Amino acid sequence: MLNFFLLILIYTGIYALMALGQNVITGYGGMLSLTQAGFFAIGSYATAILATRYGWSFWATVPAAALFSALFGLLIGLPTLRLKGDYLAIATLGFGEIVRNVLNNWDSLTNGPMGIQKIPMITIFGFVVNPYKKYAFLVVLFITVFIAYLLFQRLARSRMGRALTAVREDEIAAQSMGINITKYKVYAFILGASVAGVAGSFQAAFTLSVSPGTYTFMVSVMVLCMVVLGGMGNFKASILGAFIIQLISYLPQLTGLTAIIPPQFKQILFGLILVIMMIWRPQGLLGRERITYAKGGAR
Amino acid sequence: MGVAEFFQHLMNGLTLGGIYALIALGYTMVYGILKFINFAHGDVLMAGAFIGLFVFDWLRGSAALGVWTIIAFFLAMLVSMGLSALLGMFIERVAYKPLRQATRLAPLLSAIGVSFILSNGAAWAFGTRSRKFNYPFDNTPITIAQVVITPHQILILAVSLVMMISLRLFVNRTRMGKAMRATSLDQPTAMLMGINVNKVISMTFAIGSALAAVGGILIALDFKVYASMGTMTGLKAFVAAVVGGIGNISGAMFGGILLGILETFGVAIFGIPTGLKDTIAFGVLILILLIRPEGLFGKVEKEKV
Amino acid sequence: MTLLETEKLTRAYGGVVAVNKVSFAVEEGLITGLIGPNGAGKTTLFNNITGLDVPTRGRVLFEGKDITAAPAHKICRMGIARTFQNIRLFKDLTVVENVMIGRHFKTGKSESRGRFFNAINSYIRLREEEEQIYGRACEWLDFFDMGGMKDELAKNLPYGKQRELEIARALATDPKLLFLDEPAAGMNPQETDHLMAIIRKIRDLDITVVLIEHDMKLVMSICDTITVLNYGQKLAEGTPLEIRRNQSVIEAYLGKEE
Repeated sequence: MLNFFLLILIYTGIYALMALGQNVITGYGGMLSLTQAGFFAIGSYATAILATRYGWSFWATVPAAALFSALFGLLIGLPTLRLKGDYLAIATLGFGEIVRNVLNNWDSLTNGPMGIQKIPMITIFGFVVNPYKKYAFLVVLFITVFIAYLLFQRLARSRMGRALTAVREDEIAAQSMGINITKYKVYAFILGASVAGVAGSFQAAFTLSVSPGTYTFMVSVMVLCMVVLGGMGNFKASILGAFIIQLISYLPQLTGLTAIIPPQFKQILFGLILVIMMIWRPQGLLGRERITYAKGGAR
Repeated sequence: MGVAEFFQHLMNGLTLGGIYALIALGYTMVYGILKFINFAHGDVLMAGAFIGLFVFDWLRGSAALGVWTIIAFFLAMLVSMGLSALLGMFIERVAYKPLRQATRLAPLLSAIGVSFILSNGAAWAFGTRSRKFNYPFDNTPITIAQVVITPHQILILAVSLVMMISLRLFVNRTRMGKAMRATSLDQPTAMLMGINVNKVISMTFAIGSALAAVGGILIALDFKVYASMGTMTGLKAFVAAVVGGIGNISGAMFGGILLGILETFGVAIFGIPTGLKDTIAFGVLILILLIRPEGLFGKVEKEKV
Repeated sequence: MTLLETEKLTRAYGGVVAVNKVSFAVEEGLITGLIGPNGAGKTTLFNNITGLDVPTRGRVLFEGKDITAAPAHKICRMGIARTFQNIRLFKDLTVVENVMIGRHFKTGKSESRGRFFNAINSYIRLREEEEQIYGRACEWLDFFDMGGMKDELAKNLPYGKQRELEIARALATDPKLLFLDEPAAGMNPQETDHLMAIIRKIRDLDITVVLIEHDMKLVMSICDTITVLNYGQKLAEGTPLEIRRNQSVIEAYLGKEE
């Protein structure tokens, strides 16, 4: 029981990273991206391959994972972001599937459907963070989430956050205010992708093995659900959403009802959450975060 | 490659493309009127295939292949079209209609939710294994001038052709069709002209879903029936719609056929590994977005400032 | 001195020529009116100058530099701001946030340093930068007597105030040239009077103003020079008095006498 709860918290942390990224893209930028799973996979495989083949330490693979994901974000973003938003959704959905397709087929690099095993554990100054014992891993992970949260929060309250909001509200007016809309969309997309890549690194270091089956479209939908449920445009809400969605995911195990509750239960529930939230509470549980300005600038 | 082999691949490409075209029509019609991508369209196709499968198996019972099985197949197709149309209308009424005034993102998110409910609901209800859709006739290939054609390919071509021609006639010749065209051009004005826009939208979903059901059944003859069959097929049909110019009915037909041929030839001639076959559609999408984002037959839409 | 001019600017949509070889000049420091019947191509001309549309032929020169087909955000950064015929505020943001967005590219840039350094610098000095932006935005709101409405959502403002807020937002970009597309549309007479006073105040700040307007009282009383478009072509230009007496202008508006 406690064990499950710790597991939920760890997955909350990993998914919260992805949700923070999704919130920049969708909550602030108003762009529907369906490919956090793809960037998550790229991050995981970057860590797995660099650590097992080239002996890199985990901490060296994290920036590499972020960079790789960002690069792919740029690659997919540039042709699609210039266009109307709907294409982005489809293109990113396709991209996620392609990533999995490639991971499954590029045997020499990814070892195909078997995946990569024996990924070394995280070490900090010689101290080994054993994921089976969970606590230490949890601490390291949540410090990362907290740092990411602070960085994103600060960014959202800067000119960049405001520019992205302007782009979401009205692209034509934003352009006429001197905002380069493509640039900001690409920035948002790259930021969202890179933090998902970092989440991927932690996923690899937690499970100590990676295989293509982990990075399905469902992951992307879960992340989207977290942001929508918590409230678009609110980073605290993304983390809250991550926790609730993970709780729902493990509800059958937590309640000991795995025999009764069908395995599709959670997916159906995620679908329902999306529809119901859109109709009855599109602003999410917490709503968009409002910045209050007073003399002395943003608080 | 010999001429016969070329025609062989062309035939395979045409049949696949015909199916894509049928499904693409649903995307394009809905986009034309509501300017939104109905993500759940692929899952309606899956539902249509399941309904078709169940009705066909039930009607057929243990009858041997013959005239009755062919009749049963078409009856099953009709029932599936009808029920899928209802399903499409129901989805629109429940999940999209309340969001017509909402932000652009809202119906898209809702559609993703619906898609997830449908595909996982089907996996729950019918299991995750794939089921075979039996041919309603003896499918022994026939050879015409060295080109091997199976009867089911002829069926696919004939059915898609009939469907596309009927749709064209419907849209161009009937009052309802005219109302649809008017609504897609300018919704408020159509409303002022006394057109019941709600009915038109409902009808659009019904027709799109019925066509998707046919597409689902036809593709099931080749690739079986399973709960997640709609995702990839739907994605490809959407690409077809974009290639043809989204919102444009003839464009969707053309785009579908073009994509089917490209996929078949990509594997057969350019030696793209079968495992990466699905990548072709995606590559085509990126390419068309880069070169001609409005699609081959689409019009450039500029927002009025 | 001529601040901006178009050289035989033409914009055709398929067979329809919305703007036909229009050569239009804006003199620095003046208020220029652009009038003409509906569909004469006034807004199209605005859009082609401000980068929201690309001319089919012809050139746009700003301070002698060719800016034809430059993207809208670059044109804004050169010092051309605009408002829209159908108000395009950021509706779900507050009044002050709308104006702050106008300050976007005015902060965090030091020409002597690289782009990367600027980005890092403005990230670290966030608070200071935001204070500056906020302060300037408030000054512009006070200019419009809107200081008390700072924290209202833009969409909740009365119509006339929304129009003025759009002007405040445009002014926040510190333009040399301001385009107003039907600023008085939908305003009542009191609001129009307030607007006229504001436009004069803007001119007194050495900002050149070009406006499209149908309210002839406004146009005739505040414009120094007027250009008339009809069917995409320039019909006349001159002082308000000259325009009022111009036979072809009268015909375009009232029709030919039989």
